[in-house]
Amino acid sequence: MQKVVLQLLADNNSGVLSRISGLFSRRGYNIESITAGVTADPKYSRITIVTCGDEEIIEQIEKQVAKLEDVRDIKKLPAESSVHRELCLIKVRTAPEDRENMVSLAGIFRGSIIDVAPDSVIIEITGNQSKIDAFIGLLDGHEILELARTGIAGLSRGSENVTYLP
Amino acid sequence: MIGADAIVKCLEIEGVKNVYGYPGVAICPFYNSILQSDIRTILVRTEQNAAHMASGEARISGKPGVCAVTSGPGATNVITGIATAFADSIPMIIITGQVNSELLGSDVFQEADITGAVESFVKYSYLVRDAQDLPRIMKEAFYIASTGRKGPVLIDVPIDIQNQPIKTFHYPDEVNLRTYKPTVKGNAAQIKKVIKELDNARKPLICAGGGVFLSDADDELQKFAEEKGIPVVSTMMGIGVLPTAHPLYFGMVGNNGKPYANKAMNDADVILMIGARVADRAVNRPELISNGHKTLIHMDVDPAEIGKNALSTIPLVGDAESILEELTASEIDADYSEWVKELTAARKAFKPARKPSSKYVDPAEFVKKLTTDMIDGSIYVADVGQNQIWSCANIVIGKGRMLTSGGMGTMGYAIPAALGAKIAAPKRQTVAVCGDGGFQMSMCELATFAQHGVQAKIVVLRNGYLGMVREYQHYTYNDDYSMVKLDGDPELSHIAAAYGFDYLLLKNMKDADDVIKKFLNDKKSVLLEVIVDPMDVVKPE
Repeated sequence: MQKVVLQLLADNNSGVLSRISGLFSRRGYNIESITAGVTADPKYSRITIVTCGDEEIIEQIEKQVAKLEDVRDIKKLPAESSVHRELCLIKVRTAPEDRENMVSLAGIFRGSIIDVAPDSVIIEITGNQSKIDAFIGLLDGHEILELARTGIAGLSRGSENVTYLP
Repeated sequence: MIGADAIVKCLEIEGVKNVYGYPGVAICPFYNSILQSDIRTILVRTEQNAAHMASGEARISGKPGVCAVTSGPGATNVITGIATAFADSIPMIIITGQVNSELLGSDVFQEADITGAVESFVKYSYLVRDAQDLPRIMKEAFYIASTGRKGPVLIDVPIDIQNQPIKTFHYPDEVNLRTYKPTVKGNAAQIKKVIKELDNARKPLICAGGGVFLSDADDELQKFAEEKGIPVVSTMMGIGVLPTAHPLYFGMVGNNGKPYANKAMNDADVILMIGARVADRAVNRPELISNGHKTLIHMDVDPAEIGKNALSTIPLVGDAESILEELTASEIDADYSEWVKELTAARKAFKPARKPSSKYVDPAEFVKKLTTDMIDGSIYVADVGQNQIWSCANIVIGKGRMLTSGGMGTMGYAIPAALGAKIAAPKRQTVAVCGDGGFQMSMCELATFAQHGVQAKIVVLRNGYLGMVREYQHYTYNDDYSMVKLDGDPELSHIAAAYGFDYLLLKNMKDADDVIKKFLNDKKSVLLEVIVDPMDVVKPE
């Protein structure tokens, strides 16, 4: 079993996300995370899917997804030649006297405090999944009130692998 | 014990008496296990009708109807039946066989992603991955199907799961669904507001929908209306909430409804909408009953229905029976007798604009005569099309029920639904009325009546056309008819004979009394062919 990040370019039609997630569910593939957003050209959406499976399964996933009418392009984003980023918002219970401590902890991970309430703060942190996991691990002992992760968005490095669409 | 035995055991515990279905390899373990049970199995002729039969049974028994079919085409065939039940909020359990779970997703023989395919037509669905989960899933499925806003729940069971040994069978006493907690009791503050509105109202009106039957609240509704003197109209699904001859009943609303029913909706100052969706056929312009024109009190067990099609002044979430009991017990001093007088005058003044041809049987008069002669408490199942509109407009109903596919408008519904209704209540007279189009869609099920010894009373209003669409093309395309002429129809007398049914023919009104009497008194299964005017319209010009 390997974890793979897939990047898709799809027509920005309504229902695209549901077609893709429906394909994964009916064929029994896993989705660890899925993110979607419009590209610079509003005709297209870029979708990043994190999935896992053995080599044959991953190959099937790529072929099945590529077969969807709306999907223009699909490629793997290997860790060594691409960047993966995820955004995470964490609401932590923080007494006023602990606030300084929390700010410096977030600072080490280049996180920032984006909301302060009398007894809690919200920390925003961006990075690859292992960095976020490490930061959450560091909060052990603090009470996490709420947590929201976006799932990974990714791009390949350099200009060689860019897919241009009309 | 294997998974299939567990499913059967769960059905027994739930009190299921009948399972409608069609086998295939993927559901064979289940149909083998059920041989050890007293549950009656009814082999249908095509899967869609298994769902309609389960629906007919559920509407009469009030409990979920059950059907079980095989994977792939068996499962996809049943979808229209599921969608029909979903649109009318009918509680139903659909068990589908599925290919071996190891093979799921590989497009093997008779594999279909049925949970994916029915997503928008079910209240919930399960794909069973481990037979040990079956008792919990079955318990949840029955609970979800029969509580809150009722509806179909599908359980997809791969064949290896049906054959998987069960270690210990334990049927849970209760369900524990964190996110599903339907509201039954109406909010006390909202009920108080409703009482205050009714106290101040001059022209209140109850508009009752199918939800009243689903909550088994028809008796309570009648009591409430009578005690407070509030007039009642109904949607198509609500026909029969009050006897049609009741002085407080003013007919069906909507574009195929009675003008005086629509007048009542227009003139009312407070509308109490109970278990109705405010869908387009009943309320063509919802903005006229909301947005401050009048007080709209919308009572529904499904909070999402309230405000979906019409903004209500007072939303009231809960079970109709429970809320109506509270309203009946409340003190309302207002006197609405002037308003009732006004509506009674409008009803009296109404003259149907029909000009039926004397060469044929007038379907309007026929439905009136037939339903007048039926035993009180009977079940009348109307199909879809012109026959449905004539049925709804002319039915005479007391304590009986009228069943029809109101939301989805599924042709071919009447015959299988009548079979299910008859099985649920064998002593009640049950009549299915359809057109020649709908009849041919479920004609194959005459064999199901014959095989299982269920008495059929089927009326076919024959005009040689798909009448409702012909009428639409008449008005919209100036008689440019396309795809509506039913040439090549079989002789219905031969069809009746082929299935061992008695056959009756009615060609004109003067024989109607005699033929209807013979039809209703027949102890065997009987098919009555009624020749109606091919050019007749439900909406007179």
